[in-house]
Amino acid sequence: MPALLPIDVLLIAACAWLAIGLAGLAAPRNLHFISKILFPLGAAVGVLAGLTSLRFLGSGAETAVLAIGLPDLPFHLRLDNLAAVFVLLLGFAAAGISVFAAGYFRKGEGAAPGLMCLQYHFFLASMLLVLLADDAYAFMVAWEGMALSSFFLVTTDHRHAEIRRAGYLYLLIAHIGAIAILLSFGVMTAGSGDYSFAGMRAQALSPFWASAAFLLALAGFGAKAGLLPVHVWLPEAHPAAPSPVSAMMSGVMLKTAIYGLLRVSFDLLGEPLWWWGVVAMSVGLATAVFGVLYSTVQSDMKRLLAYSSIENIGLLAVALGLTLIFHAYRMEALAALSMTALLYHCLAHAGFKSLLFLCTGSVLHATKERSLGKLGGLIHRMPWVAWLALAGVIASAGLPPLSGFVSEWLLLQSFLFSPGLPHPWLNMVVPVAAAVVALVAALAGFAMVKFYGIIFLGQMREEALKDAHDAGPWERAGLLWLAGLTLALGVLPTAVISVIDAATRQLLGTGLADKVREHGWWLLAPISPDRASYAPLVFLAVIAAAVLLGRQLVHRLYHGRLRRSPAWDCGYVFQGPRAQDTAEGFSQPIRRIFEPMFRMERHFPTIRDEKPYYSVKVEDHFWHWLYLPLARAAEWVSRLIIRLQGGRIAIYLLYSFLTLIILLLVARP
Amino acid sequence: MNIFGFLGQLFAIALALLLAPLLTGWVNQCRAWLQNRSAPPLLQPYYMLHKLFLKDVVLAHGASPLFRFAPFVVFGCMVLACAIIPTLSTDLPFAPAADTIALVGVFGLARIFISLAAMDVGTAFGTLGGRREMLVGFLAEPALLMVIFTTAMISQSTSVATIVETLAHRDFIIYPSLAFAGIAFTFVSFAENARVPVDNPATHLELTMIHEAMILEYSGRHLALIEWAASLKLYAYSCLGLALFFPWGIAEGNSVAGLLLAIPVLVAKLAIGGALLAVIETINAKVRIFRAPEFLGTAFLFAVLGLLVRLLLETQS
Amino acid sequence: MNTALPLSTQLINLFAAVVLLLAFAMLAQRRVLPLINLFALQGLTLCLSTLVVAFTTGQAHLYGSAALTLALKAVLLPLILHRLVRKLQVKADVEGLINVPTTMLAGIALVIVAFNVALPISQLSSTISRGTLGIALASVMLAFLMMIVRTKAIPQVVGFLAMENGLFLAATSATYGMPMVVELGIALDVLIGVIILGVFFFQIRDQFDSLDIRHLENLKER
Repeated sequence: MPALLPIDVLLIAACAWLAIGLAGLAAPRNLHFISKILFPLGAAVGVLAGLTSLRFLGSGAETAVLAIGLPDLPFHLRLDNLAAVFVLLLGFAAAGISVFAAGYFRKGEGAAPGLMCLQYHFFLASMLLVLLADDAYAFMVAWEGMALSSFFLVTTDHRHAEIRRAGYLYLLIAHIGAIAILLSFGVMTAGSGDYSFAGMRAQALSPFWASAAFLLALAGFGAKAGLLPVHVWLPEAHPAAPSPVSAMMSGVMLKTAIYGLLRVSFDLLGEPLWWWGVVAMSVGLATAVFGVLYSTVQSDMKRLLAYSSIENIGLLAVALGLTLIFHAYRMEALAALSMTALLYHCLAHAGFKSLLFLCTGSVLHATKERSLGKLGGLIHRMPWVAWLALAGVIASAGLPPLSGFVSEWLLLQSFLFSPGLPHPWLNMVVPVAAAVVALVAALAGFAMVKFYGIIFLGQMREEALKDAHDAGPWERAGLLWLAGLTLALGVLPTAVISVIDAATRQLLGTGLADKVREHGWWLLAPISPDRASYAPLVFLAVIAAAVLLGRQLVHRLYHGRLRRSPAWDCGYVFQGPRAQDTAEGFSQPIRRIFEPMFRMERHFPTIRDEKPYYSVKVEDHFWHWLYLPLARAAEWVSRLIIRLQGGRIAIYLLYSFLTLIILLLVARP
Repeated sequence: MNIFGFLGQLFAIALALLLAPLLTGWVNQCRAWLQNRSAPPLLQPYYMLHKLFLKDVVLAHGASPLFRFAPFVVFGCMVLACAIIPTLSTDLPFAPAADTIALVGVFGLARIFISLAAMDVGTAFGTLGGRREMLVGFLAEPALLMVIFTTAMISQSTSVATIVETLAHRDFIIYPSLAFAGIAFTFVSFAENARVPVDNPATHLELTMIHEAMILEYSGRHLALIEWAASLKLYAYSCLGLALFFPWGIAEGNSVAGLLLAIPVLVAKLAIGGALLAVIETINAKVRIFRAPEFLGTAFLFAVLGLLVRLLLETQS
Repeated sequence: MNTALPLSTQLINLFAAVVLLLAFAMLAQRRVLPLINLFALQGLTLCLSTLVVAFTTGQAHLYGSAALTLALKAVLLPLILHRLVRKLQVKADVEGLINVPTTMLAGIALVIVAFNVALPISQLSSTISRGTLGIALASVMLAFLMMIVRTKAIPQVVGFLAMENGLFLAATSATYGMPMVVELGIALDVLIGVIILGVFFFQIRDQFDSLDIRHLENLKER
C-alpha cells in the first residue's frame, strides 16, 4: 500500500466526517448510537486531522485535484503550512468539543439527534475544506456549506421565535460577507478568469485594485469573524445555539475568517501597503474595546462570552494590522513576532473559549438557567466544571501561566518595537495602541471575574440550584482535553512556537523558531534573553513551591486547625443570597465610567414606589446608528418598488413588453 | 546559573519575606507620628502575623476550597514578584522566568484570585470589595504596563535586570520621560497597595473600604498569609519603583562585597520611601470611589505621555 | 543614541517635559488656587529652561528674558490672580464643560498632533533646544483646550497666560527667543491684559453674581 500523503489523510478525515454525519441519518432517533458511537468517532477523526497536520507542519505544500463539482471546474485542494496550523486548531478543538457533545445532547431537545449529527459533522467537514481549498470556487462552496450547516445548528431549537430571528440575522450577515469575499476574489483574478489561488498569486495588481481586494476581504471575512460594525450576529447567535455548537463557532469558525484574511493579505495579494495595516488595526482596536466593554455588562453568560469573542477577534485584527505594517516596511523579524502572536492567539482562543462555552453548556444543563442573576455557588455542586472553568477564565483574562498570556505577551513585545517604524505618525500612534491593548486585557479580567464569580462562587441565588448536578464523564473528558490544551499552550510556548513557525516562515520568509530554540525548551526569548524572556514553567514552579512550602511550614510550625461558623460580614444579620452583587450590580462601575459607550434604558426606584425596583437594559449603539436606519431604508425602497406590483396580468405583460423593446433599441450591434 | 547566583536569589527572597512586614511597620509608625498618635512598635506586623498564625481558622459555612486555596496562591505570586525584582543584585537566576510584562501578569493573577475569594462566601461586603478591586485593577494595570513600556523603550528590554543595568550602570543621562513614568507609577502603586487616595488601609468603614472588604471573612493563618502578601506587595512595588527610577546601589554581579553594600543602601532607600509614603498619605484625603477612576485615568495618561515624550525628545540623535 | 545628546540639551528637554507635565496638571486641576500655583510653577520651569539655554549659548539677552519670566509669570501674575480670587471670593471648585478624563484624552491626541506637526519644523532649526518645539506647541494647544473647556473666568485667564508660556517656550526653542523689544511688549500686554480682565471680573460678578461665563450668552440680542 503506498504511503498516504497528509493531504490524502485530511481528505479521508473530511469524508469520514461526512460519513459519520450520514450515518446519523440512518437512525435519527437512536440517541445512544449517535451520541456514544458517532460523536466519539468524530472526535477520533478530529485527533487524526490534528496529528496529521502536526506531522505535516514544516514540509512543503501538497496539492490535490478533486473532480467533483461542475464539469471543467474541479476542486483544487492544497495543504500548506498556514492551512496546517488552522487544521491543527480545528482537529484538536473538534476532538474536545465532540467528546463533550457525546455527553451533552439529550432526548427531546430541539431537532432530532440524527439531524444534529449530520449538520454538526457537515459543519466540521466544510471547515476543513475551507482550509484546504485552493481555488475560489472550492473555497466559496465550502464557505457557504459552513455557513448553512452552522445556520441549521444555531436554529436547532427553532420553536423559539428569538432563536429563529438570531439565525436569520446570522444568515443575512454571513451572506453579505460571502458576497464581499466573492467580489474580493473577483478583483484578485484581475479579469483573467482564472479562479485558482495559484492564478491569483501570479497576478500583479495595481495598488488601487489590491487595496480594493483587501478591503473587500476585510469586510467579508470581518463579517464572519465579528469585526465592528458587522458583529451584531455574534451575541445573538451564540446564546441561541447549543453549547457545543457555540464552542465550535466561537473557537473554530471565527478562526477560519482569520485564516481567510491571512490567506488573502499575505499569500494571494503579495506586497501589502502600510495603510492596510492601519485600517486593520483601527478596526481591531475599536472591536476589542467595544467587545470587552459590552462583555462586562452582560447578564446572560453566553452573551458575555460571545462579546468576549468579539474582543478576542479584535485583538487578532490588531495583531494582523501590526504584522501588515511591519511587513510593508520590510521589518520581517518584527513581523514574524507579531504574526506568531496572532497565530498563537488563534490557538489559545480556540482552546479557552471552547472550554468556557462548554462549561456554560454544563451549567445550562444542570440548572436550565442562562441568566447570571439566577446562578451562583455552583462550585459546591459542580466542582469539576468549576475548577476546569477556572483554567479557561485565567487564560481568557490573559494571565500567566496559561495560554492567553503568551499570545498577549508576544503581542505587547512586538508593540514595544513599533517606534522603529520609519513613518513619523505611525511610530507615535502605534505605541499608543499598545496602551489600548493593555486596557482591553485588563478589562477582560474584569469580565472574567464577573463570569466566574457570579456563576460559580457565592451563595446560590435560587433554591433550584441545590439540585444541580456535575457534568457527566463524557463532558468531563471533553473539558479536561480543552483545559489540558490551554495549560500546554501556556507552559510550553517554545514547543508551540516551533510548531507554528512553519506558517510564519511561509508567509513572511522568516520565523522565530531558530531564535526561540536557542535558549532551551523552557525559556521563551523571542529576541534575546537580555531583551525579554518568559519561562512559564519556572514561573509555575516558584509559585507552586511557595504555596506548598508555605502550607507545610505553617502547618508544621503552627497548626492546621479549622472550624466552621456563619459568615462574619461585619456583623450584619441578613446574609441571604440577595445581599450579593447581581450581575448588573457587578458591572455598575463599568457602566458608569464608560457611560457614553452604551445605550442604556434604566429605571430607578423612587421613594414613592410601592414596589421599588431597579432595572437596566444595555443595548448596542450600532443597532440604532446603523442597522435600524438601514432596515428603514430597505423598507422605504421596497415600498417604492411595491408600486410596480399592480396585481393585474396586463401590467406585468406590459413590463415584459417594454423591457423587450428597450433592450432591442439599446442592444443594437 | 551557578550555585552562587542561586544562593543570592534565595537570599533575596528571604530578605523580602523578612523585610516586608518591617516596611509596613515603618510606614504605620511614620503615619502615626505625623498624625499625632502614639506609634505602634516597629515590629508590630510580626507580632500580628505570629498571633494570626496561632489562631484557629474560622471558616464561613459557604466557603469553597477556592477560598482556602486563594491565600496561598496570592502569597506565592507575591513571593515570585519579589524574586524577580532586583533588590540587591541584578544577577537573579529566576529573573528570566518573568520580565516586567509577566510581572504585571503576576500581580493580575494575585488580584483575580483574591477577588474571586472575596466573592466566594457570598456576602454583601465580599462582592463589593471584589468588584471595587477589579475596578481599581483594570485601571491600574494598563497604567503600570505603560510605565513599563516607557522604561523598556529606554533600555530596549523588558527584563527588569537589564532595565536596572541600563539606568544605573551606564552613562548618566536625564530621561524626561521617566518623570512622567515616575509620577504615573507613584499613582499606580498607591492604588494597587490600597493606600490613601484610593483606599484606606486603616478603615473598616463599610462604604470606603476596598481591600479590607475583600478579606473580611478571612481569619487565622489565611489572614496572616494575606496580610503578609500585602506587605510583600508593598515591598515589591517599592523595590520596583526604586529599581526603575532610583536604581543606584543595586549590585551588578553577585560579589559578597557588592551585596553587603547593597543591603544598607536598600534599607535606607526603603526607609525614605516609606516615610514619604506616610507623608503623602497624611496630607491627602481619600477620594470618593468614583474619583478613583479619574485618579488612575490620570496615571494612565501620564504614562502614555511619558511614552510620547520618550518618542519625541529622546529618540532624536 | 541617547549618549549623543549633551547635558545641556538633556536639561532643557527635562524642563520642557516638566512644562508639559504642568500643562496637563493644569488641565486636570479642579480647584482655582492650586491652578494658579501650577501656573506659577510653569513660569518658574520656563525661567530655568531659559537660563540653561542662555548659559549654554552665551546669549546675553536670554538672561533678561529669564528674569522677566521669573518676575512676571512666576511672581507678579500669580500674586495678582491670588488677590483677585480672594477679593472676588471665587468658589473653590472649577467645573469644566467636559469631564477630566475626556479632556485629558483629547489632550493626548493634541500632543500627538503637535509632536508630528512640529517635527518637520524642528528639523529645519539648528538650535540646541529644537527638540522641545513639539512640546511648546503642545503646551499652547493644551492651554487653548483649557480655555475651551473651562466655564469660569479665572481659569480661562490662566489658560490664556499658559498659552503665552507655551509661545515663549516655542520662541526660545526654535530661535533662542524673540528680540527683547518684542518680548517686553508682550510682557506688558499680558500684564495689562490681566489687569483689564480683573476689572472685567468685577463687572461680570456685579452683573451676574457669578463668574460663570456661560452667563455671557444671555448678552446677545434677541
